[in-house]
Parts: sequence; C-alpha cells; structure tokens
Amino acid sequence: MDSDLSPQDRKDLDKFIKFFALKTVQVIVQARLGEKICTRSSSSPTGSDWFTLAIKDIPEVTHEAKKALAGQLPSIGRSMCVEISLKTSEGDSMELETWCLEMNEKCEKDIKVSYTVYTRLSLLLKSLLAITRVTPAYKLSRKQGHDYVILYRIYFGDVQLSGLGDGFQTVRVGIVGTPIGTLTLSCAYRTNLALMSSRQFERTAPIMGIIIDHFVERPLGNTALMHPCNYRAPGEEEGGAYAGVEDSQEVCTTSFSTSPPSQMVVPGKEGGVPQVLLQPSHGTQADHGRLPSCPAADMPHQAPPSSCNVLSRSTEVKSASPSDAIETTFTRKVGAFVNKPTTQVTTASLDLPFAAFAPRAYDLEENDPMVHPPASPTPSSPLQGSLHSQSSSQSGGQTQEDFVMVDFKPAFSKDDLLPMDLGTFYREFQNPPQLASLSIDVSAQSMAEDLDSLPEKLAIYEKDIDEFDAFVDTLQ
Amino acid sequence: MNCRSEVLEVSLEGRQVDEALLSLLHTILLHRSTGKFHYKKEGTYSIGTVGTQDTDCDFIDFTFVRVSSDELDRVIRKAVTEFKDALGNSGSDGMGQISLEFYQKKKSRWPFSDECIPWEVWTIKVNVVNLANEQERQICREKVGEKLGEKVINIVEVINRHEYLPKMPTQSEVDNVFDTSLKDVQPYLYKITYQITDSLGTSVSTTMRRLIKDTLAL
Repeated sequence: MDSDLSPQDRKDLDKFIKFFALKTVQVIVQARLGEKICTRSSSSPTGSDWFTLAIKDIPEVTHEAKKALAGQLPSIGRSMCVEISLKTSEGDSMELETWCLEMNEKCEKDIKVSYTVYTRLSLLLKSLLAITRVTPAYKLSRKQGHDYVILYRIYFGDVQLSGLGDGFQTVRVGIVGTPIGTLTLSCAYRTNLALMSSRQFERTAPIMGIIIDHFVERPLGNTALMHPCNYRAPGEEEGGAYAGVEDSQEVCTTSFSTSPPSQMVVPGKEGGVPQVLLQPSHGTQADHGRLPSCPAADMPHQAPPSSCNVLSRSTEVKSASPSDAIETTFTRKVGAFVNKPTTQVTTASLDLPFAAFAPRAYDLEENDPMVHPPASPTPSSPLQGSLHSQSSSQSGGQTQEDFVMVDFKPAFSKDDLLPMDLGTFYREFQNPPQLASLSIDVSAQSMAEDLDSLPEKLAIYEKDIDEFDAFVDTLQ
Repeated sequence: MNCRSEVLEVSLEGRQVDEALLSLLHTILLHRSTGKFHYKKEGTYSIGTVGTQDTDCDFIDFTFVRVSSDELDRVIRKAVTEFKDALGNSGSDGMGQISLEFYQKKKSRWPFSDECIPWEVWTIKVNVVNLANEQERQICREKVGEKLGEKVINIVEVINRHEYLPKMPTQSEVDNVFDTSLKDVQPYLYKITYQITDSLGTSVSTTMRRLIKDTLAL
C-alpha cells in the first residue's frame, strides 16, 4: 500500500497527521474555554504556525494530547477522541460531545502530500474552527463559571459514544484523503440535556479504568483524567513542568512550489506561543443577570434567550412532578444549567428568620416579578425551599388550600424605615386609577353639552361666512 | 469547467440581516482565504499566517469565526450595509438575495478585456419578516441562531467536498486568482452582488446590480 509513497513523503505525511491531531485538540479545547478566541494574521510566515493558521498552543493541552497519542498516530481502528463534558459545582457530570479523528482504509494514491494534503488539512482546521462554535456545547461553555465547568478528556482507541444519551446527533466536519487512508473529523453531540442524578453517575463504569475526580480548583491535577477547559496556570509562562515534552524542534512546512515537486526544507521552529489563560470574568455577573425566562412564565425580565431553551427543557422536566419539588428540597435532582436563586430571595431571607411565615396582610400576586420563576436550583435553606415550592406550585397551575405568606421585599430597598417605599410604589403603579377623561359619565355629559351649544355656534359661523370665504381664497 | 453554485436561504427580522449575512459571508471567506504569498526564487513561495477571530452577534444567538483582517471585514460590512439599505428602500416585501462569487481572470488578447470566469457562487436568499411582539423576537433570536448554525454546517460540507479550486498560480499570475490588495490575508478573487426581489416575485424588473469588489474595471 505504501510502495508508491516515497520515504520523504511518508515522513512528511506522518508529521502532518501528528500536528494536525495536536492542532485539532487545541482548537476544540480552546473553543470550550468560555472566551472569545482571537489570533492575529501575519503576512510574513514565521515557520511556527502549522497549516498557515494562527492557533496558539496551550502547553497543558499539548502535553495531554501527546500523552494520549503516546507516540502513535491516528490510524485505522485507532481513533483520537476528545470528549467534552460538563460538571456542576455539586459534582454531577454529563458528557456533551465527542470529537473523533478517524482514519479509514480508503486511500488516495495520487494525491500530492506536500501540497494538496497539507492545504486540505488546513481547510479542515478552518472548518473545525467554524463548527466548534455551532454545536450546543459552545453556548454552554461560554456561560460556564460558578454553576458548572466544562472539562475535556483525550483518549485513543475505540470511539465511545454511549455517554451521550439517546438521540445524539453527528456532524461531519470534513474528510481528507491521503495515500495511506482517509482522515475523517466528526463530532457526536448530545441532544438530551437532562442532567443525570448523582446516583446514576456513580453507577457508570469508570472510563478506561480511571475514576474521574471531583471538580478541583487546582488546574493541574496529576491524576485527574478530566481537565477543566477554563484553567488558570499560575505564573506558568514557559510551561516549566513540560520542558521535557517539547522534544525535537519540528519544522513547519511553509514553503511551497508551483513547479513539480522540489525541495521543501524551510528553517523554522515549532512551538507556538505558550498561553496563560485567565478564568472567564463573565461567570458571576452573568449568572445573576440571567433570570430564567421561560415562555410559560409571565416574566417581565428579559433574560438572554440562549438560556431559555435549556431552562425550558428543565422546566418541563420539573413541572411533571411539582410535588417532588415541594417535598424534596434537599435532593440533587436539579435541571441542568439552572441558575441559583437571585439576590432578591437572599435579601428577603436575611431580614427576619422565617419572614415568609410571619402573619401579614395577604398579598400574593401571581404575576409578581419578584417572585421566583418555577425552575429553580437546589435551595440551600429551608426558607428558600419553601419559596420555591410556592412559586413552582403556582406555575404548575395547581391551586392549594393553604397559602404561605410571601413578604414582598424588592431588591435593594430599605425595609421598615419608610412605609411608603419601593414595594408600595410598585404595587400602586401596577394598579393605577382610571383616567378621568376615559370614564363614560364625563364624556356623556360633555357630549350632551356640545349638542346643545351647536345651534348657537352654527349661527355665529353663518354670520362670519364672508370672512371664512376670504380666508379660503388666500390659500388658493 | 462548470461553476459550482450553492444557495442558502434565511428568514429573519430586519435588524438581524446585517449579522446573519456577515456570519455566512465571513464563514465562506474564512475557507476561501489564505495567508499572503511571498514568492522566492523561481517556483517557490511561502504563505503567511491567517488569524481568526470570534464574533458574537447582538441580535442573534450566534457566534461566528472570521478571518482576522479588519480591511476585509470593512469591505464585507460595506456590501452588506448596501444590500440592507436597498432592501429597506425598495418597498418590496423584504426579499432579496446577495451573491458572493469567486472567479478567475483569464487574460485575453487586445482589444478584448480580460474575462472573469466564476468557479464558485454562493447565493444567500433573504426574507425579512416582521414580528409582532417581544416574545416572538426572543424566539426568533434563538431560531435564527440555530438556522445559521445549520447553514454553517452546509457551507463546511460543500467546501470539504474538495471540488474544483484554481491551481496555485505563479508570481505573474497571482492577481488572476487571488485578491492581493489586502495587507494581511489573501482571499480568492471575489465579487459581491445583490438583487432585490420586487413584490411580484420577479427579480428581473427591479434588478440593481452593484459591483462592490471588482479589481477589473469594465
């Protein structure tokens, strides 16, 4: 099979495939960091940018990829896979997608390795850049922070898709034929985003014999198989731990020929730019800014709609058994990607212990914007639990005999010092008195008066008819 | 050689037109741009590096990747803005199409001018809808985002068929294949044209043809 391929071409091809695999991993992991990626174009080739694309190399990711490859290349029956999963701060975990770089037996003997294969691999990397922003995990990864993080795992061998749940979809990024086989890059992604319960997670057999660690703050867990995508490498500019990994300087092909194949050697160094990444800063604020806004609930808040799809799904899951929500306030059965309670509830709970149960004038409004929407995360106190159960029972459409008094405390308002405060103002402006001019009696009265005065007005106008005619003439 | 033609259709709100078109045009151009060529001794050349940049849309739930070239971005934005203005001013039902055509120049003998031979044409048909309330707009944000994702997958699928691409040119021929006017990247020669469909659905009677990018002044 390889007899037609010259040794130099074979060597080049192996190098291309190796670096393509490494760059693929970089693109996928960087796309799940939760930040926007930006690299600069450079008109002068530096020799360190493989496939003529500016893709930075995160040292830890390169290290993990090389470790997984263990000196081998993706070949027939041995695929390189990058698994992306989500882990909540409570420890629940879920696989989101698996990217596979596979090789099959279909060979393209006549293809030029040095140019055509290289260019097509470059095109495939560009396609990967585009597709990584399109799969559902991208939006999730942009919102990672305190509630959940995105992890990655690289493995080599048979593709494992069982963790993606039922009905997962596959998208093919592209294929590149080579003289030794056809490389295919594809992604299988989960469509069913209901989170597993923690019990279910423990029952799952450990992957490749290593148990996945719980979420750790420290980015460089030596034994952790899963790695956080948004890590912080403290003071690590040159990747000191990885000095041994960056082995021989690999030459990046940057010179091409328009004439029949000639020499390809170009001086250059591999390496890319070691990148120290910071944790995304939008996590906290975005969380609190994002009140769930599901179509079912009547909420005046305008939450970013990207959270809506997922949350509406989790709402569907939750509303099926609202009684569970009331009783099991301390379980971990939460909808995926649901926000924690906002500060409004926290404010209420801090004022008086069990203020919600204090006997006050009954004031319960279903469309009250300050009352929590149905889909809510695990409450951390009995007080919040009862408030959630209150709202979920309302949205579930169930009427209950006994009501819990909810003291309406708007966020950031002072309490008990000024009786006429923000809360009262809200109540009053929502029920304004009717406008006087719109009331029927007044209008009827004025109508009658108008009718009576008509004959007099007509008489006056008839007297002045000459003036009116003169005025009209001036206009013409 | 037949020109490859692909059509993409999108229905969206007026304020989403800019971003939707930018995302699709930039996705195509990302795949149809290379680094700058630097020709060395006869027969060899090196290629510069193309950077990429994520761009979030404000009115659509979508992020797209574009080539890191402000010059190219300006040109595309200008074309999209012209199309959008034409769409708004035409008084039609908000239907039109914008085409991104990649072509090669073929030198002809004097007195004939050079020929432009298209080898790939992407047409994006736009249908602008009016929405009644904010809730519908929110749903539209997500739906259009998903649709654009599907279009990106379509684009990638077509490009990865690895069908005809112009042969790599020699130094003297490079301007017949690539647009070398930008300083940081080098897309294949392209032009953007648009048509507004009038209310009767015919595109012939109210055709407005504008050549935004044409290095050959005919």
